[in-house]
Amino acid sequence: MAFSAQVNVMLKPGIADPQGQTIERSLPVLGYTGVRDVRVGKRIELQLEAADEGEARDRVTEMCDKLLANPVIESYEVTIQ
Amino acid sequence: MTSAGIVVFPGSNCEQDCMRSLAALGASPQYVWHAESALPDVDIVVLPGGFAHGDYLRTGAIARFSPVMDAVRKHAEAGGLVIGICNGFQILCEAGLLPGALRKNAGLKFLCKWTEVRVENATTRFTSRARVGDVLKIPINHFEGNWYSDPESWRRIRDNGQVVLTYVDNPNGSLGAVAGLCNETGNVMGLMPHPERACEATLGSDDGGVILRSMLDHVRDSVA
Repeated sequence: MAFSAQVNVMLKPGIADPQGQTIERSLPVLGYTGVRDVRVGKRIELQLEAADEGEARDRVTEMCDKLLANPVIESYEVTIQ
Repeated sequence: MTSAGIVVFPGSNCEQDCMRSLAALGASPQYVWHAESALPDVDIVVLPGGFAHGDYLRTGAIARFSPVMDAVRKHAEAGGLVIGICNGFQILCEAGLLPGALRKNAGLKFLCKWTEVRVENATTRFTSRARVGDVLKIPINHFEGNWYSDPESWRRIRDNGQVVLTYVDNPNGSLGAVAGLCNETGNVMGLMPHPERACEATLGSDDGGVILRSMLDHVRDSVA
């Protein structure tokens, strides 16, 4: 079966995110006050063949551990459709 | 004569500087293409700076899977010297041969300038020609040099004396102002500054020669 997977990769909580901080500082300039905790991550989409949803999830999780995320600084979430 | 293999990835761009400086210091350097599955018989492996595989996904993330990296890992496990400079440091971290990870610079600026780094450990195979507290003038040239490690590993790294160089004026936000560190066994080092670009006084500094000469000394003394 064909599955679509979406992987959201984020810096782990507590790890400074200079991109998020820069965006946060620029929003008030546009009048958006009261915005906090801006964090920037990346989204990776892929299509894959697997016997079932569980296998698809396992394979994508393995890809995350080996390549798509760096466990030292990043966490990830996998969504399978 | 001490031999060195300079690994060239698609996107490496500092290999010629490494070649020139190592040859000038009396070593016998050669290039090794990243697709090779074996290393020639060399004493030292150099992973040079640049943008290996375009730095896609993360710096060093794709390069760590280049065929040659298995041989680099074996060389390291056998006690051979490995030095990763700038992008090479990032690759060694991604490959797990050095601890931690390199994030975007705290100021979100690409930094290309001279820096001063302090020698924190002068007993390593990369700093035997220096003394603790020596300040070396070596240039940096990177966007992702902001070294990070989780607190527990960081404590262990400090206790083991693995912090080799720190920035005098931490330009990129690195934890502990770390500019360069080595592995637990002391034969693999990574650093963001470029010692190979600071080996001739006419180019502004020859302080980088301290690092490269220390490595050459170690190889010579281990053979003798």
